Amino acid sequence: MTEPLFQAHDLRKRYGDTVVVDGLSFHIAPGECLGVIGPNGAGKTTTIRMCLGLTTPDEGSISALGLAMPRDALAIKAQVGVVSQFDSLDPDFSCAENLLVYGRYFGLADGLIRGRIPRLLEFAALSHKAQARPVELSGGMRRRLSLARALVNDPRLLMLDEPTTGLDPQARHLMWERLQLLLQQGKSILLTTHFMDEAERLCSRLLVLDHGRKIAEGTPRELIARHLEPDVVEAYGNGALSLVDSPLRSMAARVEVSGETVFFYTQDARPLLEALSAHHGLRTLHRPANLEDLFLKLTGRQIREDG
Amino acid sequence: MITSRTFWRPPDLSRRWWPVFQRNLLVWRKLALPSLIGNIAEPLMWLVAFGYGMGALVGQVAFEGSTVPYIVFLASGSICMSAMNAASFEALYSAFSRMHVQKTWDGIMNAPVSLDSVVLAEMLWAAFKSIFTVTAILGVMLALGISHSPKLLAAWPILLGAGITFSCIALIFNALAKGYDFFTYYFTLFLTPMMFLSGVFFPRDQLPVALRHVSDWLPLTNAVELVRPLFIDQWPAHPLRHAIVLAVYAVVSYWAALALTRRRFGQ
Repeated sequence: MTEPLFQAHDLRKRYGDTVVVDGLSFHIAPGECLGVIGPNGAGKTTTIRMCLGLTTPDEGSISALGLAMPRDALAIKAQVGVVSQFDSLDPDFSCAENLLVYGRYFGLADGLIRGRIPRLLEFAALSHKAQARPVELSGGMRRRLSLARALVNDPRLLMLDEPTTGLDPQARHLMWERLQLLLQQGKSILLTTHFMDEAERLCSRLLVLDHGRKIAEGTPRELIARHLEPDVVEAYGNGALSLVDSPLRSMAARVEVSGETVFFYTQDARPLLEALSAHHGLRTLHRPANLEDLFLKLTGRQIREDG
Repeated sequence: MITSRTFWRPPDLSRRWWPVFQRNLLVWRKLALPSLIGNIAEPLMWLVAFGYGMGALVGQVAFEGSTVPYIVFLASGSICMSAMNAASFEALYSAFSRMHVQKTWDGIMNAPVSLDSVVLAEMLWAAFKSIFTVTAILGVMLALGISHSPKLLAAWPILLGAGITFSCIALIFNALAKGYDFFTYYFTLFLTPMMFLSGVFFPRDQLPVALRHVSDWLPLTNAVELVRPLFIDQWPAHPLRHAIVLAVYAVVSYWAALALTRRRFGQ
């Protein structure tokens, strides 16, 4: 096995009486995209902040690129690119100036940065907006500018905290395309997200966090196969809820109710679908089990107070 | 292995502050002229209204065994007040916008720049804004013929030092602020009383004895005591004492501001 690019061991962080991160260990291999998923308040952002040396863990250790946090925080950050959850673009600067000023924080010479700016803007599909200020950009453009800014130092590792939250489908797909390009170029990525399709599409490996603890880890396919039946039948409409106590229940390995919808998790959906077709007024949806099912199974369906 | 780091550890004074300072400079360059007019118009209006208006009523003011025209007395005090106000404004409202509202600091700290370097850059930036404003006002004072003392050249570094001191003090309150409202307290409860107690507008011997003892230790008093004699071509009587008081304020405040800012950011 190749030496991991990044390694976190037994991280713990508490704020007052609340344990935010509780014994979390993980690593990122070179060229890998590690996804961190979990409900609001699961500790995702705190974990990223600890990885960047912005929050000091109470216990545990972090090493990256052969260096140790927090001692070598600046040397590590020199080789890392960050897109944080909330934009921190400079509102007073144009897109090009944002990149120039940010590159200076890495101690890069102006000439070198200016040479990189056209390619970065092109990568972000913002060449035509070089002189525009962030306030003139759409949400998707701003996120792509943040991504371009994170690439100004040609980092080996990217840390992206919910990079597509709040974007429309077009903007999200463009962001995914760009991230896949970066992975093809050999960059490593640590990505937090609420979107299971995003996690499934981009991440080679996933970490499921809840209440600061790692509750599952593996490739998206592995996790689904390990924790779920392959088929899901959703039933809703007239009389759906009464199915829960009917003999049909025995045709599914597991049944869940959420609102007016009944979810049947099963190894083979055909007999169940046939039986359900006899119920008039009932609407059904048959689909393969996905990461969202896994996520809800592992973290529950209830809304989080701080969500 | 986590080494626990106290908020009061020594400051990092490495040169990584420069790109942050440079950033502020680039923003300011776009707005320099309107901001300069805003910064010097008010102090000059005070000077003209009080200096010439009140000056006509007051005439001469006793100073160091002789008398000086009130406009010179006021000009030498108000230039210190301008240094204080310009530095305070920048290190409070503007720094808070960058730190809290725009999240500029957060963005910077994702790059290899420490919080210490950001705070150092903000302190030096506020001092720079202060000395820039002060230089412009001094230029107008020279043009008005208020003073022609060659010793004014020595006032310049002193005013820069005063700007640094007041930037450091203001950054303490920046670190503690929850919102802009908090700064109103700082101005009305701290800076405004100090303005009246530091001999800017009238000689300090008009103050009751108890207040004079307080006044002796105020940073603005010490700046005024250093700068005023230079306006009438004299050297300050106790330069070292006043310089040390200002320097102690600067060093202690900077350290406290840094520790409180580290606490705010959990670093």
